[in-house]
Amino acid sequence: MCWNLRDGLRDCLVAAAPYGGPIALLREPHRRSPSSRPQLEIYSASGNSLASFPWKSGPVVQLGWTVNDELLCIQEDGTVLIYDLFGSFKRHFSMGQEVVQSQVLEAKVFHSPYGTGVAIVTGSSRFTLATNIDDLKLRRLPEVPGLQGAPSCWAVLTQDRQTKVLLANGADLFILDNTSCTAVSPPGLSPQVSSIVHMSVSFSYKYLALFTDTGHLWTGSAHLQDKLSEVDTKIRNPPKQMVWYACLSACLSVCLPVCLPVCLPACLSVCLFPVEEQCVCVGELDGVRVVSSSRQELLQEVPLVCQEIFKIASMAPGALLLEAHREYEKCSQKADEYLREIKEQSMLGEAVRQCVEAAGHEYDIQTQKTLLRAASFGKCFLTDFSPDSFVATCRELRVLNAVREAGVGLPLTHSQFKQMTVQVLIDRLVYRQFYPLAIEICRYLKTPDYQGVSRVLKHWASCKVQQKDLSDEAIARAVCLKVGDSAGVSYSHIAAKAYECGRTELAIKLLDYEARSGEQVPLLLKMKRSQLALSKAVESGDTDLVYTVVTYLKNEMNRGDFFMTLRNQPVALSLYRQFCKLQEQDTLKDLYNQDDDHQELANYYVTASYREKRLESRLSVLQSAVDEYNKAKNEFAAKATEDEMRLLRFQRKLDDEKGAGLLGLSLQATMEALLALGLHKQAEQLYRDFRVPDKRYWWLKLKSLAEKEEWEELEKFSKSKKSPIGYLPFVEVCMKRHNKHEAKKYVSKVPPEQKVKAHLGPGGCGRCGDREAERGRDGAVLARCSASDRLLIDKLNRARATATKK
Amino acid sequence: MAAHLSYGRVNLNILREAARKELREFLDKCAGSKAIVWDEYLTGPFGLIAQYSLLKEHEVEKMFTLKGGRLPAADVKNIIFFVRPRLELMDIIAENVFSEDKMHSPRDFHILFVPRRSMLCEQRLKEQGVLGSFTNIDEYILDLIPYDGDLLSMESESAFRECYLENDQTSLYHTAKGLMTLQALYGTIPQIYGKGECARHVANMMLRMKREFAGSQNQILPVFDTLLLLDRNVDLLTPLATQLTYEGLIDEIYGITNGYVKLPPEKFAQKKQGETGKDLPTEPKKLQLNSAEELYAEIRDKNFNAVGAALSKKAKIISAAFEERHNAKTVGEIKQFVSQLPHMQAARSSLANHTSIAELIKDITSLLYYNKTSCNSLVSASEAFFDNLTVEQEFMTGVDTDKVNTYIEDCIAQKDPLIKILRLVCMQSVCNNGLKQKVLDYYKREILQTYGYEHMLTLNNLEKTGLLKPQTSSRNNYPTIRKTLKLWMEDANEQNPNDISYVYSGYAPLSIRLTQVLARPGWRSIEEVLKMLPGPHFEERQQLPAGLHKKRQQGENRTTLVFFLGGVTYAEIAALRFLSQMEDSGMEYIIATTKLINGTSWIKSLMDRPESQSP
Repeated sequence: MCWNLRDGLRDCLVAAAPYGGPIALLREPHRRSPSSRPQLEIYSASGNSLASFPWKSGPVVQLGWTVNDELLCIQEDGTVLIYDLFGSFKRHFSMGQEVVQSQVLEAKVFHSPYGTGVAIVTGSSRFTLATNIDDLKLRRLPEVPGLQGAPSCWAVLTQDRQTKVLLANGADLFILDNTSCTAVSPPGLSPQVSSIVHMSVSFSYKYLALFTDTGHLWTGSAHLQDKLSEVDTKIRNPPKQMVWYACLSACLSVCLPVCLPVCLPACLSVCLFPVEEQCVCVGELDGVRVVSSSRQELLQEVPLVCQEIFKIASMAPGALLLEAHREYEKCSQKADEYLREIKEQSMLGEAVRQCVEAAGHEYDIQTQKTLLRAASFGKCFLTDFSPDSFVATCRELRVLNAVREAGVGLPLTHSQFKQMTVQVLIDRLVYRQFYPLAIEICRYLKTPDYQGVSRVLKHWASCKVQQKDLSDEAIARAVCLKVGDSAGVSYSHIAAKAYECGRTELAIKLLDYEARSGEQVPLLLKMKRSQLALSKAVESGDTDLVYTVVTYLKNEMNRGDFFMTLRNQPVALSLYRQFCKLQEQDTLKDLYNQDDDHQELANYYVTASYREKRLESRLSVLQSAVDEYNKAKNEFAAKATEDEMRLLRFQRKLDDEKGAGLLGLSLQATMEALLALGLHKQAEQLYRDFRVPDKRYWWLKLKSLAEKEEWEELEKFSKSKKSPIGYLPFVEVCMKRHNKHEAKKYVSKVPPEQKVKAHLGPGGCGRCGDREAERGRDGAVLARCSASDRLLIDKLNRARATATKK
Repeated sequence: MAAHLSYGRVNLNILREAARKELREFLDKCAGSKAIVWDEYLTGPFGLIAQYSLLKEHEVEKMFTLKGGRLPAADVKNIIFFVRPRLELMDIIAENVFSEDKMHSPRDFHILFVPRRSMLCEQRLKEQGVLGSFTNIDEYILDLIPYDGDLLSMESESAFRECYLENDQTSLYHTAKGLMTLQALYGTIPQIYGKGECARHVANMMLRMKREFAGSQNQILPVFDTLLLLDRNVDLLTPLATQLTYEGLIDEIYGITNGYVKLPPEKFAQKKQGETGKDLPTEPKKLQLNSAEELYAEIRDKNFNAVGAALSKKAKIISAAFEERHNAKTVGEIKQFVSQLPHMQAARSSLANHTSIAELIKDITSLLYYNKTSCNSLVSASEAFFDNLTVEQEFMTGVDTDKVNTYIEDCIAQKDPLIKILRLVCMQSVCNNGLKQKVLDYYKREILQTYGYEHMLTLNNLEKTGLLKPQTSSRNNYPTIRKTLKLWMEDANEQNPNDISYVYSGYAPLSIRLTQVLARPGWRSIEEVLKMLPGPHFEERQQLPAGLHKKRQQGENRTTLVFFLGGVTYAEIAALRFLSQMEDSGMEYIIATTKLINGTSWIKSLMDRPESQSP
C-alpha cells in the first residue's frame, strides 16, 4: 500500500468496494466541533490518494460504495450524500422524514441485481429500505415485536427477487419483508445460545453465517432451511467483522488485533492468520481483501488447478507438462519422458487446459509466463486442440496485469474479472479517468466500438468540457478531434454536460457535430436557442419534431416574431399552415396576410364563404375573395367569383319570386332547373349573361325538351338557327325516348359521315345501317371516316357482314 | 396464410413477421382481456399484417370502430385505441374516455399510434385532460406493409397531396424510416438512384439516418442491389391514363382497397339446380386479390384483351384434369386423383370467379366485340369507354393537344362525372406541357359553370401540383420526351407482349421507361430528357462493411427496389413485372410505394370540397 496513514485505521469509518474497488476513510467521525472537522479521504485500492477534504455536513453513520463507484455517506438524520471517486458532490436524497426525528442508528449499503441499495434502522427500531438508489423508492418495513433500539445484529438478504432484512434480537431471529415480520429459527442451532452477536451473508446471498455468544459459528443456507455446519471457535469476544471468504467452504472473522481467525467449517476447524495492527476485511467474490494501514492482502482459497499443479510431488497432467517444459528448456531428453507419460494416459489436452487455467489464477507475471509457455509447448503435440481458451487467457492476463499496476490499482482476480465483464472494467477505468488505458484495452480486446472506445470517448469528452481553464474553441476542437465521428458517441450528451456546467456557447458548438437532430432539438430548446432548434428540426425531416418546436415557439414568442421566424423556414411554415387549417382558421388568415399571399388568402375566403349561413355575409366574404384574387392578378378567378356572386343574387331573386329552390346550384344546374320549370326566358337570360357556350346550351335545352317530350318545341328549337352540335344528338335524344318518328325528322340533316351512326342508333338492330350499307354508300362513308374512328369502321364492317348474310 | 409473400425473389414475409411480432409484444403488454377501438382507416392495412385470429390469441375479445360518444359495453380489462396520429381523432378518444369514467367498472386505456406517436396528439390529449388516463401510449411502426410477393405499400392515401400540394413531408419521413427498417432486415442497399425533389429529400434523410445509426453496422448480406426513388410528379401522365391490364381495369372500374375488391353480386350467384333465381345476393361480393391465387397471378398483369384466351385455356386444362377420372383405373390412380381434388376444385372456383369478373369488365369495355345487349341504350357504356380511350390515345400521341377538345366539351355538356373530365383535361395539359391560357380558362369556366363554383379550390390544387398549368414556354417538350423514351409504340402486341407498352395498349409508362433505361444502358444516355423532367436526378452509394460484397454468379439477376413516392398504378406494376420476367433483362424488380392509386382515386385525393351549407 502506498498510502501513508498517520494513525492507521484506528477510529475510522472505513468503506471499501468489492472487485478491487476504492477505499473511503472518515477519520474520527464523531468529532463535531466546527474547529476540527472529520476528514474524508478516498484512496484507490492500491492506496493512491484520490481525494481528501474536511467533512462539513452532519455526522455520518455509515459509508458505502455503489456499483458505479460512487461514495454514499449516510448521515444520522437519514440524508444520503453521494460523491464521486474524486470527492465531488453529485446529489443527495433522504431516507424519509420520520428519520430526521428518530435518527439513524445503523445503516448498511448492499448490492443486488437491481443496483445498489441502502437499509437503515432508526432509533425507533424501524427499518427502511431503498432497493435501488438510482430509482429511489423507500419502503418502511413492519415493526419487529419486542425490539428496543438496534438489534444485536442484522443483514440484508435478496431472495426470490425480494429484498428482506434478517435480524437477531438476542437469540430470536426475524425475517422482515415488505408486509410481515416472521420469526425464524435456524435448524440445528445449539439451544444454549442466548444471543446471536454477529451474522454475515455470503457474496451471492446464498449462505448465512451466525456467530453466537457461546463462540459457536453456525453456517447454513440463507433460506434457513439447511444447516451446513456448526463449529465451536473457542473465541469468546464477539468479532468486529465477519465476512464470507469463499462460496461454500469457509467463513472468517476479525476480532483480535494481531491475528485473524479463519474458520473452516468444512473441516470443523479454525486456523489463525497473523495480521498486523488494525485491519478491515472486504468480502470479495472469491476471497477476502484484508486492508491494513501498511498493506493489503488477498486471502483466498487456492484454486483447485493451482493446487494440482503446484502440490508437492503432484502427478497431475498439468504438473507433468510444466515439468516437461522445464526439462525442454534445459534441453534435456527428460522432457520427452514426461510428455510420453502424459500422452500415454492421453491426458495432454487436460494438461494444457490445466496450465492455461492455472495461469489465469496466478498473480506473479513470471509464473503466468511459465505456465503459458508450458501450455503452448504441450499444444504443439495436439492436433485438434482449440486455441481459443489459450488466446483468450493470454489477452485477459495482459489486461489484468495492466490494471493491477499500483498506478491503476484495481487488484482483480481472474474470476472477478470474468464476473464483472470487460464493459464494467472499462467503466471502472473511466470513472478513475484512465482514458488512454481504457481505450487501449478496448482496442486490444477488440470490443465493438459503441461498447468500448465510443463509451470511453463519451466519458472523456463529458469530463473535458468541465475543464474551466480552456476556451470554448479549444475544447470544442479537442473534443471534435478525438471523438470525430466515432460511432455511438452522442454529441448532444456531451453538449448537455457542457450546458450543465454553464457553458452554453460550447454546448452549441458541440451540438453542431451531433448527427441526430432528435437529440439536438430538445437541448437547443432548453438553451433557448429556438431558431436554431427549428432549423435543426426541419433538417431532420421529422415533422413531429418540427411541430414540437413550432408549438414551443408559439407559446414563447409574440405573434409577430413567431410569424417572422416561420417565414424563414418554409417547411415549418407549411406544416403550421396545415395545423391551422385543421385547428385555427383565423390564424391561417393572419399568416397569409402577413405573407401577402393574396392567392391563398382568396382561397381562404372562398372556403370561408361556404361556412356563412346568410347570403349577405356569404356575398361579402366572396367580395373579399374577389379583391384578393385581383391583388394576386388572377383575373380568371376574380371573374369567376364575381360570376358566382351574380349567380347567387340571381338565384336568390328567383327563389324569392318563384320559390324555385335554386340557391347554391351550379350555373348549369340552375339553367336545367329553370328549363324544367318552364322558365325558358330566365334560362335564356343566364345563357346570355354568363356567356354559356352555344354547344353546351343547345345540349341542355335539347335534353330538357326531350325529357319533357315537347317535340314541337324541339323542332322549333332545331330550326331556330343552325345547330352548333349538329343534328345527330337530336336523333339520339329522340331515340332515347323511343320516338322513331321524331328521330327520322332529323336524320336527313345529319352529315353523311355520321349518317351510318345515326341510322345505327335508331335502327336498334342496325336496320338503317343495313340499308345504308345495302345502298352501297358505305365505301364513301368509310372513306370519309377519320382514320382513328375505329369503332365506327368496326360497326360498319359488322353491319356489312350481316347485310351480306341476308 | 401469407405464403405468397415468400415466393418472390425477396422473402417479404420476414417483414410481415417482424411487424406481427411487434404487434404481439404490444398486445401482451396490456395483460388481460382487451377490446380494440379502431381508427377505421387502419383496419384495411392491418388486415394485411394480422387477421383477427392473431388478435384473438392475445385475448382481444371485442373490436369497435372509433366514434364519438360512449364506448359500447364490453366486459374487458383493457381498451386499446389503434389510431393514426390525428388531432381530430384525439378529440374523439377524449370524448370516449370521459363518458367512460362515469361508469362503475374501471378499465385500463391504452393508445397505439400508427405509424408514429406524435407530440402534438399527446399535447392535445393533455389539454383535454385525459392523458393521465392512459396506461400505455405506444407507437406501432408500420411503414411498409407487404402487399404481395413483390409489392410493398405504405397505404398512405394522402401522401401525394401532402408532398406536392401541402409541402408536408411527413410521409417522406416515414418513407425514409420504412426504408431504414427494410435495410435493417434485408441489408444495406449499396446503390441509390433517384429522380425528383421528394426522391432527393428521402435519399438525404436515409443517408442522414444511416449516419445517426453509425456504429451498429448492418451485417446482413444485401438482398437489394439498387434502390430507385421516383417522384410521382416526374410522371404525372401515367396514372391519368386508363389502365388496360386485367388488374388495372378491375381497379379502374371497381377499385381495389387493401387487396380486396367489392363486386356487384349478380354474376356470382350460385346457380344450383332446383333453385330459382329469386333470392339473388344483394351484398357486394368481396374478393381478395393477390398472387396466392394461382390463376390470378397468371392473368392479373395481362392486357385485358389477352385475358379471355388465357381463361379459356385454363378452362380446358381444368376440365381435362377432371376428365382424368375416367382414365383412373387402378386404386392407386384413383387415390392420386382424389388427392388432387381440393386443388382442382379451388382452381375451378377461381376460374369461375375470374370468368365472372372478366364478363363484368367486358360489358363495360368491350374493346373488340360488339355487345348486342347494350345495343338499345343509346350511348352504350362500352362506347363511352372506347371514346374516352381514343381521346386519351390522341393526347398521348400528341394529336391536337393545344386546342379545346370537343369530346371533353361534350362530356361536360353531358355532365359526365367530374373526375373523368378532370382526368382528361389534366392529361391534355400534361401532354401539351401546359395549356394555352385561353384553352385553360375555357375548360375551367366550363367546369365551374357546370359542376359548381365550389370546385374553384380543386382546380387551384391541380394547378399547384402541376397537373394543370398554363403554358409558359412556347416549346412543348412532351413530343421530345415521347420520342426519346419511345413512350408510344404503334404496334403494341397485347397477346404476346414484347414491350411494356402493352399495359396501356400502346403507351409505355414514362416512369417504367426511366426504370428500364436505368438498368440498361443507364441514365447517362438520356441526360437531355431527364433535364426536361422536374426535379434533380442523382446517384448515391452506401458503403458496405467489408465482406458483404456480393459475389455474383454467372447469370444471376440483380434486384432493384423501385419506390414510387406519391403512388403507383397496377399497370405500372404489371410493366415492371413484365421487365422482371423478360429473359435478357437481368434485373428483378420489387415495387414499393406510398399508395396504390389509379387516376380516379388520385384526382379524388386532390379535390377540396368546402362543405356547402344552404342558408
